[in-house]
Amino acid sequence: MQGLSSEIWISVRLTVALAATTTVILLIVGTPVAWWLARSRARWKEAVAAVVALPLVLPPTVLGFYLLVALGPDGPGGAIAGLWGARTLAFTFEGLVIGSVVYSLPFVVQPIRNAFEAIGDRPLEVAATLRASPARVFWTVAMPLARPGFLTGAVLGFAHTVGEFGVVLMIGGNIPGETKVLSVAIYDFVETLQWREADILAAGMVVFAFAVILAMTLIEKRMRRAGS
Amino acid sequence: MQAFLSRLKLLAASLAIVVPSASAALADQVKVAVAANFTEAAKAIAAAFKADTGHEAALSFGSTGQLYAQITQGAPFEVFLAADAARPEKAVEEGFGVQGSAFTYAIGKIVLWSTDPNLVTGAQTLQAGRFDKIAIANPGTAPYGTAAIEAMSALNVYDSLQPKIVQGANIAQAYQFVKTGNAELGFVALSQIADNTDGSRWVVSDDLYDPIRQDAVLLKTGQGNPAAEAFLSFLKGAAAVALIEKFGYGVDIAE
Repeated sequence: MQGLSSEIWISVRLTVALAATTTVILLIVGTPVAWWLARSRARWKEAVAAVVALPLVLPPTVLGFYLLVALGPDGPGGAIAGLWGARTLAFTFEGLVIGSVVYSLPFVVQPIRNAFEAIGDRPLEVAATLRASPARVFWTVAMPLARPGFLTGAVLGFAHTVGEFGVVLMIGGNIPGETKVLSVAIYDFVETLQWREADILAAGMVVFAFAVILAMTLIEKRMRRAGS
Repeated sequence: MQAFLSRLKLLAASLAIVVPSASAALADQVKVAVAANFTEAAKAIAAAFKADTGHEAALSFGSTGQLYAQITQGAPFEVFLAADAARPEKAVEEGFGVQGSAFTYAIGKIVLWSTDPNLVTGAQTLQAGRFDKIAIANPGTAPYGTAAIEAMSALNVYDSLQPKIVQGANIAQAYQFVKTGNAELGFVALSQIADNTDGSRWVVSDDLYDPIRQDAVLLKTGQGNPAAEAFLSFLKGAAAVALIEKFGYGVDIAE
């Protein structure tokens, strides 16, 4: 591990920071969306669900291309960046967070929505007849019952952001410590024929992905058993 | 239906006559790996090549490093048009390329370019440094990125500009960053903007960076394919040279 330069550790730290920030934002933003999708009877709700699911299907190049334009000086991102005197949100950590939130949205919303739907109407109605306010029903009945969904959503959102490549490549600008995440570092190592370094990082990613998926499945299983 | 069938038979018969005599030279295909910066020129050359010889050149684009990595892993390319001289040389050394087949087909030129018609006025634009972000291609993988660094170093502005540099994975991406305005300016390939006069530009003088020799090499997989050899000789010919120059490259006459 001597050969692992500080450059690699900077990439690791950056990737973890990006994934953690994205996951927290997605839990905050995704929960009300998931709740609405699970409970609403609006006819156009599946249209909204389809929009949320788009990043599952779209290639990262589509997202990367539109984000590059949207974050730039002629898009909304440029207007926001103008608030602190910058011209663009591309090439910044903030820009990557925006991109990752869009990119990983369905991975967080979908499991939480499923969990909310699995609760069914009864527990919520019972709580309501016991005169719990809607807010109280949400916090004390729905949220605890949907815990496995939150766990799955958080883990998938985090892991999927760690695995993000195409979008970051297109809007990042490869700046060490700011936008050069692990997947991009691996790409660079492969391209410059530094395959030993690429190998170390790539193998690390495989182990990480395996551990995440296995741990998630096991914990979910246990939670479900405890719940039933 | 009858008429169709008989016509088909006729076609088959005529093919049978033609095939043994001339087909080997007529209907062959060559798979060419092309460095991203040469995309447009390669398409034009492939069209001219087809019109001239009847051979089909199937083009695959990517960064030189990426294509080279694929070649070492058994990609079916038969000719490699790299963006540097190092990778074709390495291909020969490592046994993927045919000894003695490498030659310089184009010399790349870098341009400092902005979509803002007033921003780029020359080297002084770099010295003044009145901008936020400057885009270059990844100097680790793209020779155009290396040339950009050399030019900035030669002008003694590299240290001061370094915090403003953003890297595209290849020269095409450096162009995207400038084109979308995310970077106010950047070093791109002259070939990318040779067909228009948009924005403002400064063609960096060639004494500020080592010439970007783009070499072609015949790969072992293409040995014995007449289309592959025909493509390489076509690339050296007057028709291809005229196209290469039209797309903003230099050509080494001494070659």
